[in-house]
Amino acid sequence: MNYQVDKKGFYGNFGGAYIPEMLVPNVEELRNRYLDIIQEESFKAEMDDLLRDYVGRPTPLYLAKRLSAKYNTTVYLKREDLCHTGAHKVNNTIGQILLAQRLGKTRIIAETGAGQHGVATATVCALMGMECTIYMGAVDIERQKPNVERMKMLGATVVPANSGSKTLKDATNEAMRHWINNPVDMHYIIGSVVGPHPYPDLVARFQSVISEEMREQLIDKTGSPNPNYVIACVGGGSNAAGAFYHYLNEKDVNLIAVEAAGQGVYSGHSAATTFLGKPGVIHGSKTLLMQTEDGQITEPYSISAGLDYPGIGPMHANLFETGRAKFYSVTDAEAFQAAMLLSKLEGIIPALESAHAVAVLENLPVKKEDVIVINLSGRGDKDMMTYITRKDEFTK
Amino acid sequence: MMSTNIDNKLTQLFATKKEGLLNIYFTAGYPQLEDTRTILKALQDAGVDMVEIGIPFSDPIADGPIIQGSNDVALNNGITLKKIVQQLQGIRDEIHIPVILMGYINTALQYGVEELVKDLSAIGIDGMIFPDLPIDEYKEKYQKLFEANNLSMVFLVTPQTSAERLKYVDETSSGFIYVVSTASTTGNEAKDLDGQKEYFERIKKAKFNNPTLIGFNIKDHASYSEACKYANGAIIGSAFIKMLGNSHLLEKDIKEFVSFVKQG
Repeated sequence: MNYQVDKKGFYGNFGGAYIPEMLVPNVEELRNRYLDIIQEESFKAEMDDLLRDYVGRPTPLYLAKRLSAKYNTTVYLKREDLCHTGAHKVNNTIGQILLAQRLGKTRIIAETGAGQHGVATATVCALMGMECTIYMGAVDIERQKPNVERMKMLGATVVPANSGSKTLKDATNEAMRHWINNPVDMHYIIGSVVGPHPYPDLVARFQSVISEEMREQLIDKTGSPNPNYVIACVGGGSNAAGAFYHYLNEKDVNLIAVEAAGQGVYSGHSAATTFLGKPGVIHGSKTLLMQTEDGQITEPYSISAGLDYPGIGPMHANLFETGRAKFYSVTDAEAFQAAMLLSKLEGIIPALESAHAVAVLENLPVKKEDVIVINLSGRGDKDMMTYITRKDEFTK
Repeated sequence: MMSTNIDNKLTQLFATKKEGLLNIYFTAGYPQLEDTRTILKALQDAGVDMVEIGIPFSDPIADGPIIQGSNDVALNNGITLKKIVQQLQGIRDEIHIPVILMGYINTALQYGVEELVKDLSAIGIDGMIFPDLPIDEYKEKYQKLFEANNLSMVFLVTPQTSAERLKYVDETSSGFIYVVSTASTTGNEAKDLDGQKEYFERIKKAKFNNPTLIGFNIKDHASYSEACKYANGAIIGSAFIKMLGNSHLLEKDIKEFVSFVKQG
């Protein structure tokens, strides 16, 4: 089976480009040109240089000995948390800003939830001297003040999204509206494997460096490029797309996607899209999404702002439907405890998003001889306020 | 000449009236849940040529703040697509002008597109606009269904639409072509029709098979008259919704609004 996007922009039943006519010229231009541009030698050379010297790639593949001992197996951590700006998001923004330049665009817009993609976008805009506008839900601006200040320090304009529920979904709507109103010189850097085709494929390709490096590093460490499990958290799903990418057709590799169950999958405060969602259209693609019977998109909940999205990338919807990836969900409390555990055992404070991936070790039927790679997508600096203020609640 | 054999109140209107058509958009279930029928009747009485009823959606990405706000209010009022279909039952006893529905594709997908088309056709609705339904997908999956149920399908064009695609839109549309006036979401006060003459001339000279209506940022007599120079008529949405939001006497205010647009 082919798990990559097809010529029409679909992953099985999911994907496509469900966009108003006003966005068609921009999205078509991108679709017609992205493959040629990103395969140009000069593009690849510039991207590789920046990933190495600016982002700090390759990121280490670290054998977590004490964590392995606890679960009586072998666990490696792919250290995306060591990327410049603190998460894997910058792999994509580097690629997209180089693409935007080659498309002749002079202004950049992006959406952000927790602010990680916003910071990664503001960073590359500063690097390239391009005008940058970040849409962020008014509620998230209040919750994530340090990242708002980082974006401003990097020269970006942060615009509050005051529509709807004033969070990531609405920030994405506002970014798309802004693009509709400014179609000519602007490029929209989407932060996850969501949105109209070709965005899911474009972002997955830029993130695929994660599994490309994993394969080489595993050969060095274990003699085989393939582990038994690759584990990654999924909100929209960009870090999971990158970690899964080169393993999609390697049947002996179990792909484990971890969604945020929030206060419990059926608590009414959850972001576990594959458990709670139905097929529908959100932000330009057909995928699984959380919605009412009438088709109104509902507001998800997770302690982790990066997993707080009512949909999931169409690639992941297809991996779920075909059974190629197995989906688990992890509650706020379980993720919080996993963050504490990783900090104490390995001296690594993970982002709350990434802690969801670590937490799944509790429930995975692993054997002693298994090799497991967890994609540690981001570091925990941005979550310190949550770790401080909610410690008693989750560790009693 | 229409490329299809659709024959409904919409196609009949365009066959008989070629100029100065006024199409008013309003959001179902706004300002009050049960205002849908009242507003529809008042618009007919005020002399508009056709109406476009909006199906509220939580995430209307082509819409500016005014229509977004009316969607939020209507959804809070408890409107659903099922409820809209109920509210429209029996309208043909008193409503004789063309009525089309505009909505985002997700609500229709959850209702079931086939069921929706059949239910709307049975009521006597004349057409649909789904701004986020790809033309290819319409052709592949739904065109036969729409034609079999005598329902028109309206697609949009914008100042950035290529000549080739204009042709494609014209071939596939079966009611009129919705000419988006500027690169804009709906009701953007920062945008107006100044500087759009070249684009409108291009549309006029394209000699489409379908009639054309210009919409987005048409808000008063001046912009309506300007649009009517280049198309068969114009569509007003946000300005009407804004008026409804401030209205205490719907029938009277609707009559005044329509007269103000038509006569100035």
